[in-house]
Amino acid sequence: MGRLDPGGAVAALVLALCAVSPFVLPSDAWIGFAVNAVLISVLALAWNVTGGFAGQMSFGHAALYGTGAYVAAMLQVRLGLNPYLAAVAGVAAGAGIGAAIGALAFRYGLRGSYFALVTLAFAEVLRILASSFEITGAGSGLTLPYRPGLAQFQFPDRYAAYAFVLALCLVALAATAAVKRSRLGSNMIAVRENEEAAAAIGIDAFRVKLLAMAISGAIAGAAGVAYLQIQLFIDAPIAYGSLISVEALLGPIIGGAGTLLGPILGTVVLHIVGEVVKTGIGGAPGLNLVFYGAVLLVILRFLPNGLMGLLGGLRRPARTDAATRPAEAP
Amino acid sequence: MLGLVIPAILSGLTTGAVYALVALGLTLIYGVLHIINFAHGSLLMAALYAALFLNMRLGLDPYVALPIVTVLFFCLGYALQRWVVDTFSHGRDANILLVTLAISIIIDNGALALFTSNTRTIDVPYAFDMVEIGPAFVPLPKLVAFGAALLFAGLLWLLMRHTRLGTAIRAVAVEKRGAELMGIDVKHTYAMCFGIGTACVGAAACLLLPTFYVTPQVGYAFVLVAFTTVVLGGMGSLGGALVAGLLLGVIEALCGLFLGETLGQIGIFAAFILTLLLRPAGLFAPRAA
Repeated sequence: MGRLDPGGAVAALVLALCAVSPFVLPSDAWIGFAVNAVLISVLALAWNVTGGFAGQMSFGHAALYGTGAYVAAMLQVRLGLNPYLAAVAGVAAGAGIGAAIGALAFRYGLRGSYFALVTLAFAEVLRILASSFEITGAGSGLTLPYRPGLAQFQFPDRYAAYAFVLALCLVALAATAAVKRSRLGSNMIAVRENEEAAAAIGIDAFRVKLLAMAISGAIAGAAGVAYLQIQLFIDAPIAYGSLISVEALLGPIIGGAGTLLGPILGTVVLHIVGEVVKTGIGGAPGLNLVFYGAVLLVILRFLPNGLMGLLGGLRRPARTDAATRPAEAP
Repeated sequence: MLGLVIPAILSGLTTGAVYALVALGLTLIYGVLHIINFAHGSLLMAALYAALFLNMRLGLDPYVALPIVTVLFFCLGYALQRWVVDTFSHGRDANILLVTLAISIIIDNGALALFTSNTRTIDVPYAFDMVEIGPAFVPLPKLVAFGAALLFAGLLWLLMRHTRLGTAIRAVAVEKRGAELMGIDVKHTYAMCFGIGTACVGAAACLLLPTFYVTPQVGYAFVLVAFTTVVLGGMGSLGGALVAGLLLGVIEALCGLFLGETLGQIGIFAAFILTLLLRPAGLFAPRAA
């Protein structure tokens, strides 16, 4: 893991260029796009911990993201709590709901498609609850009081917001990299590859998957909090809608589930495709998502390991050739 | 109190029959192909639009359009399985779920881009005709949907038990390789099965349309209900799906009555989560499709 492979280096370089581009070429449309793409990248990194490392595909990551956002919003609006403390509580709530869903689902041995469905159902239950009760603002959602200034965790302009989400994304990347390098990360991958075999060598698969959900929940919760502090508004369809759950898994799968940079690469590529569609064909709502679906199909058909798999293949065939040739010679 | 509960139960049963019909298609596909077809709800939405446009453009009554839409959706389902799901997933289970998700994203958002998010309904002269059953009045179209859903369930059972195709489908469900060795064309059988499952959705759409509405998002609501029905009834069990569909319709109606309209669906999801956790095999042990 210490040495960056050529594919990873290319991906890192491309992403770094993308990351600084809003500062180099300032434009209102571009910065709005960039904030959104990086925010979803954070969510994609969160999904990657469960879906990529631990192999538990969630179709309901909105449950974690939305809970982070809602808890932070409720504490500020209902109790007048300091926004930074509310943010910490939001992250903790994301981890908590992740652990709770994980505990229920894994305790009863749900895997594969069943796990995907139960996470989806939890997100849906939370969406209905959030749009039904007064404390969550019911149908009209929650709006934070407008108090600009970093002391109140509100951003003076979009560039400050962008700098914040970029920093958050780097922290999330570092966190997922640390997880992957750790013993816990190796255990997650062992559970993903073969749960029975992992259990046979003494790995507590339940605990590993639960920790994956909690870590993923904390990161997804942070993304939800970041959305709230930037938009100063949250409602049930935004927080718990199926779109969030879908966006959380598209990036990692297109970029390469289980790789470090894949989730970000996939999300950025998807958003660029969406933006190209918008300017090229027109801004009919939903049209960009039609193309997201098409990109997903193409990736599943031709690149089973995602874009990172493609980049990883840049040199590997040549290397294997060189390695095998002497062995084959008599 | 009883005066409110009995009409709610009757209304729930009629809704439940349509849930059951949608779920029959899903459970058939699951029982045989072992695919969780995420696009099932989106296909229902597409079928609702098909019936809607047949009504608006050609003036066809949804009940007249039923055979047309059903055949159309059978062909669509056949083609989807044979040339999209199978090809794009390389036959791998984890990928199949994602391929059907991609199809649903494309259909849902394609509908949003083409038809906008406006809610549409059709006008039929019999929409408000009522039939008196005991202390309650039930809308005629809902009663028709109830009867037709039961009829289709029966037809499906006959097809599975008493035709060569049904025998082939059951053989493939139990032992794919063995069936292949006996000369059964597995890819064709899979696609037929997907086609029949999708045809159920086409029929359900025509039965729903007189009393229901269409939006591009309507499929998403149905797909979750359909999954719940399938899981509750036991994945792959036709009879189970029928009973579970009726049961869920009643649960939804009663939750709606006691908790209010918006919270009504909570009952369904609560049933879903509880079933997945406590009895993932469903209430009724599935037989080989």
